[in-house]
Amino acid sequence: MMATNHIGFIVASYASAVAIVGALIAWVTIDFRVQRRRLADLEMRGIARRSAAARSEPVMEQAKEKA
Amino acid sequence: MALLDFANPSRFLSFANRALPLLGGVTVVVFAFGINQALIAPDDYQQGATVKIMFLHVPSAWLGMLGWGVMTIAALGTLVWRHPLADVAAKAAAPIGAAFTLLCLITGSLWGRPMWGTYWVWDARLTSELVLFLLYLGVIALWRTVEDPSRAARAAAILTLVGAIDLPIIKFSVDWWNTLHQPESIFRVGGPTIDPSILIPLFIMALAFTLLFVTLHVAAMRNEILRRRVRTLRLMQASAVS
Repeated sequence: MMATNHIGFIVASYASAVAIVGALIAWVTIDFRVQRRRLADLEMRGIARRSAAARSEPVMEQAKEKA
Repeated sequence: MALLDFANPSRFLSFANRALPLLGGVTVVVFAFGINQALIAPDDYQQGATVKIMFLHVPSAWLGMLGWGVMTIAALGTLVWRHPLADVAAKAAAPIGAAFTLLCLITGSLWGRPMWGTYWVWDARLTSELVLFLLYLGVIALWRTVEDPSRAARAAAILTLVGAIDLPIIKFSVDWWNTLHQPESIFRVGGPTIDPSILIPLFIMALAFTLLFVTLHVAAMRNEILRRRVRTLRLMQASAVS
């Protein structure tokens, strides 16, 4: 009896949990793809971190010369 | 592997890339089992089927507080030990903790209406939980306002340490004040007042939510490390051009 009276509150609770957890998973996944793509774009243009600079030094030099 | 080994962001990225598929898989399995147990758990003799809301409300309340606890430890890591990943951990935990606190407030409201006759009342437990949510929003806003991550980290760490005062207030609010919210019924002297047929599914759901928190936190930390690398490379690019 009580279950049928209050089923809307139970469903709304579980729906809000799905929405919030889904939004969190989507945020983390999309953010990862965005950051990875930005990093790949920069590295493609020859901008590399110091640890990777040895590998891409000629490209960095070209960028500096161009500037 | 020593804990200090994870102080290196590259090592943490390598760890995250290996751990995340495993963490995600275990989380899905424990969630499936937990939801199954929650759905077949008996109704409460007083609250009827609305007790099923508890399987979401209580774990999300714990994780809202756990999130701030993680940020508090990370704040000490930033201010005292200057651990390179401390502010990354703190920044990554804030939106996740805020989301679980919001879920706690929403499910609490939806549980309160049929049981108390109201969605909201300004009692100590509900108000202190709302304060925690507002503190989360404040920390997130602070991170977004200050552009330099190391300066933002110090400011956010101080706010986090001050905000940690809210954690014992939330926990003991039902003991210190006369509240509409029920008193402590799980971690109390004399043992839980909840029947094992409901308590065990609750603990399984709490484990599932905790695994979800850990998975999301590791993933968000990985994203934050990548974001900082992008920022560093853009600064390098700008200085090379100028």
